[in-house]
Amino acid sequence: MRLIVHNMMSCNIKGVVNNFPLRIEAEKVIEKEVDFNPDFLRHMFAKIEWKALVDGARSLGYTELPDHAPDTAALESDESFLRQFHHALLELHLEEGSLVCPETGRKFSVNKGIPNMLLHEDEV
Amino acid sequence: MPSRIAEIRLVSSHREVYEPCDDSFALVDALLTDRTNLIEHNPKICMEIGCGSGYVITSLILLLKNEVPGVHYLATDTNPIAARVTNETLEAHGVEADVICTDIASCLENRLAGSVDVMVVNPPYVPTPEYEVGMEGIASAWAGGENGRTVIDKILPVVDHLLSEKGWFYLVTLTSNLPAEICLMMRKKGYAFRIVVQRSTDEENLLILKFWRDKDEESLDKEVFMSQFSRSFSSFMENQRR
Ligand SMILES: C[S@@+](CC[C@H](N)C(=O)[O-])C[C@H]1O[C@@H](n2cnc3c(N)ncnc32)[C@H](O)[C@@H]1O
Repeated sequence: MRLIVHNMMSCNIKGVVNNFPLRIEAEKVIEKEVDFNPDFLRHMFAKIEWKALVDGARSLGYTELPDHAPDTAALESDESFLRQFHHALLELHLEEGSLVCPETGRKFSVNKGIPNMLLHEDEV
Repeated sequence: MPSRIAEIRLVSSHREVYEPCDDSFALVDALLTDRTNLIEHNPKICMEIGCGSGYVITSLILLLKNEVPGVHYLATDTNPIAARVTNETLEAHGVEADVICTDIASCLENRLAGSVDVMVVNPPYVPTPEYEVGMEGIASAWAGGENGRTVIDKILPVVDHLLSEKGWFYLVTLTSNLPAEICLMMRKKGYAFRIVVQRSTDEENLLILKFWRDKDEESLDKEVFMSQFSRSFSSFMENQRR
């Protein structure tokens, strides 16, 4: 599971309000290179919850992202920032671990990189 | 140069996962038929619900790979083994998508709303007794309940919610799913439709439908709409014969 997806996922248990972001418990993290595409990054930037990305990256052991989202000017000119954003968003994979609902503490497992977000019958 | 799609010999399999079949091939044919439009569409986020073996999402990625760089691909399935098999298929073709095990797109509905530019779905569409829907194992790959519509009817509002303003939606249906009714339901949500591929096999009559948002408020009257649907179906068939 990459952080781009982590940023789009919330806990879907019925009635849960504080459902995002899921806290990451990492057991195994891997990195895979992806082609650098500034246009794509600029498009995605608008959709990303910055704090969730920063915290997610930290729990995967990557601490280079700035605490606060840079302004859009940096997206145009600051290549080193774009590279860090690219790496955090697309190249880090949670291979094994769990995602924890911030409200209920319910754990969803991640095996072989695939988050299992299926709910039990009493959660739907 | 012929467009690349997934190679069957590289598609991973498992006895509990739906193997690429006539419906999967028809859906990929529809994407191939529409390839030039898809390239021009320039999607940023593409998604498949119910990815099974991964044959369709892998084909979509390969189809767009060299023409549209920087696309994010997502795929979901309720079957954890299918999710794993999809990952294997993607890897065997050297492409990447994010695979999630979830019911339809449940865990993505909040944050991905209005973001998906291309959605593809080959749902469980076979008419079956209701209790077979969503059972564990391979039956959930095809079991569609009454008229094969139980899962389809749950998917439609989710797709409407996730599609971007310019979003396109490709859906596999059977004539026994009453596709005209599906198109009318989508019409009421503001979508126009087109038949992209029609295929008759011994057992089933498949239609691949494409939907997109269209402001035109006409033809909400059921009768008018149904006759429009039959007209577009006949003219599609007419063109096929030529
Ligand atoms: C007809 S198969 C299509 C598989 C593959 N896309 C293809 O075309 O070959 C339908 C797939 O949808 C999955 N499925 C069934 N119900 C689902 C649901 N509620 N949410 C997500 N996937 C579902 C099944 O596990 C199965 O893999």
